[in-house]
Amino acid sequence: MLLALDLALILEKLVLIVIVVMASLVIAMYVTFAERKVAAILQDRRGPNRAGPFGILQPVADGLKLFFKEEIIPEFSSKFLFILGPSMAMLTAIMTGAVVPWGDHIDFFGRTVSLQIADVNVGILYVFGVVSMGVYGIMIGSWASNNKYSLLGGLRAASQIISYELAMGISLIALLMVTGTLSLKEMVLQQQQGWWNFCYQPLGFLIFLICAFAECNRTPFDLPEAENELIGGYHTEYSSMKLGFYLFSEYINMFVSSVIMSTLFFGGYDLIPFYDESAWGLSANWMAIIGLGALMAKVVFFLFLFMWVRWTIPRFRYDQLMNLGWRILIPLALVNMLVTGAVILLKQNNWHF
Amino acid sequence: MQALTNRAKQVERQPMSFLERLYLVAIFKGMLITFRHIFKKKPTINYPEKKRPFSPVFRGLHILNRDAEGRENCTACGLCAVACPAEAITMEAAERQEGEEGLYKEEKYAAKYEINMLRCIFCGLCEDACPKDAIYLSETFAPADYQRKQFIYNKQELLIPHPVKEPEAYKKALGNRVPREKINPAI
Amino acid sequence: MSITEILFWFLTAMALGSAIMVITSRSPVHSVLWLIVTFFAISGHYIMMNAQFLAIVNIIVYAGAIMVLFLFVVMLMNLNAESEPQKNRMLQFAGLLAGGCLFLVILASLMKATETSSMVQLGSGNEGLIKNLGKALFNDYVIPFEISSVLFLSAMIGAVLIGKKEKAEHDGN
Repeated sequence: MLLALDLALILEKLVLIVIVVMASLVIAMYVTFAERKVAAILQDRRGPNRAGPFGILQPVADGLKLFFKEEIIPEFSSKFLFILGPSMAMLTAIMTGAVVPWGDHIDFFGRTVSLQIADVNVGILYVFGVVSMGVYGIMIGSWASNNKYSLLGGLRAASQIISYELAMGISLIALLMVTGTLSLKEMVLQQQQGWWNFCYQPLGFLIFLICAFAECNRTPFDLPEAENELIGGYHTEYSSMKLGFYLFSEYINMFVSSVIMSTLFFGGYDLIPFYDESAWGLSANWMAIIGLGALMAKVVFFLFLFMWVRWTIPRFRYDQLMNLGWRILIPLALVNMLVTGAVILLKQNNWHF
Repeated sequence: MQALTNRAKQVERQPMSFLERLYLVAIFKGMLITFRHIFKKKPTINYPEKKRPFSPVFRGLHILNRDAEGRENCTACGLCAVACPAEAITMEAAERQEGEEGLYKEEKYAAKYEINMLRCIFCGLCEDACPKDAIYLSETFAPADYQRKQFIYNKQELLIPHPVKEPEAYKKALGNRVPREKINPAI
Repeated sequence: MSITEILFWFLTAMALGSAIMVITSRSPVHSVLWLIVTFFAISGHYIMMNAQFLAIVNIIVYAGAIMVLFLFVVMLMNLNAESEPQKNRMLQFAGLLAGGCLFLVILASLMKATETSSMVQLGSGNEGLIKNLGKALFNDYVIPFEISSVLFLSAMIGAVLIGKKEKAEHDGN
């Protein structure tokens, strides 16, 4: 029975998994570099330009530095949990990429290979589940550090992520009512035919965007690591590559949430809305490359937006953060959901009350 | 109260309108400001590749001067040490022996001449005090070092290269400076 | 043994083992973490039974939100093995009795249950998705569903009341 499994399929998926994981790691590396460069450019500086031409080897140098630094594990901490924390953060950051459709399909020696690791029928909910697991990485690590500042940072992260997950989920429900499917692949296919979902759900997108900023612990919501209040926040006690994992997982999260946002609201690998690209008569492989390029262009824009906002807007105060989450975003998302539901009902009724 | 100028501006403190309370407009405006900075000229200079030109009155590292034949100008009169407000200069005088006329310009010369660069404030008073144009402040600055004692520069480190024996190094050390004897040959 | 059977036994061992660890762990934080592992194993079982929506909601709501709050409280209270209060022997006995009764009820309901589907169908099986679940909830089980929502509402009101009361006292001082 075990041998009856399609061996080629397993191999194909394994290769895809390795490629996606490696790609998200490399992209996250260069997002750290891009962040420093963008910060510098927005502040009229030059940014890192010493390692390699234009400084493109800077992330490698940063990674090497982290690897060679001394590894310190606090004496009074739970060693297993202390190591589990950053590992969990990294794991949950990478796992999201499994359900993202990176492109349509490619023909590989007569074999049609889908550019999605798993087309799960609960796709977007899977993403949500993994994201909600992400908070454990921070919480476990912060508790295991046995440090008050770490614990405070972890508690801040937990309450912030739970609060914003609600608004995020409700804004998503409105989107799901429009699309009528949970599968990310099907959403992209729908958007290829008609408008991008952003046109149907502008308010939902805005709420989703704000919540994505909060979920990624990015400025203006980076209170868990507010260095002027909490030293380093949840990673105060971490050093060496374990600290690197925490920092890295933040950037992978940024990348993944950019991918999810462009897939949900901006047509994923769709290049032009309302236009059937297959009319160009290109082969499937070329279409896949163009699609991947289109997706990456959107992702780059969102990543730039993340950085742009970070270097423009100062940090919230904690009560302002909670006010925004509970008193503004959640009611707004609820109203958005109700209006969307009413409009859909009206439409089903041929615009009669 | 009578205002001194007409530039004073009354601050408006009205309750914020709904659009203002949304903050979205303000955020967008702020982001436009940062976006505009992308296209601004960067004031940073890539240091080792590109160096900012010093002004002609820049006071950098000291140089003990020689004349055109390569003889040391310094006569160890001690005026620079007296003028030094930071007491960074110490010297020992010696008498010129027979056959040393090619080395030293006058009958007396400095056998030992030290400047403590950690004490020095680069005020340039030593240059002003010197009657023989023997010391001047160049357009370089003291490089970093690991030990304090490395910052006490001795005579060999301060002396300008020999203009006849090493003309290229001499020219390089001289830089854009015009020797004072050319401006005022009376010295 | 088919791959589903292997998965089933693996998940079962995981669920039972981690559930035992929840009870036996000395540190409350470890207990909570083991409970999360248990939830994951149970979610795996849901997927095996073609209830993907239930599985993912179990992870999002229970493992992702409720357990975070548990962990939150446990971390803030700073419980540890040394400060664990001694429990009364009678209380222990009562707990055992209550747990046994619950176990019996579950066992009785499980004995009556019939097997409906066998194989897991993740990509194509749409039985366990929201559409069918919603139809079942709002057609066949409207009254239990609404009653449970009233229960939730009362819990919410209770929570709000508790929050308000503390604030009033604080203002009074």
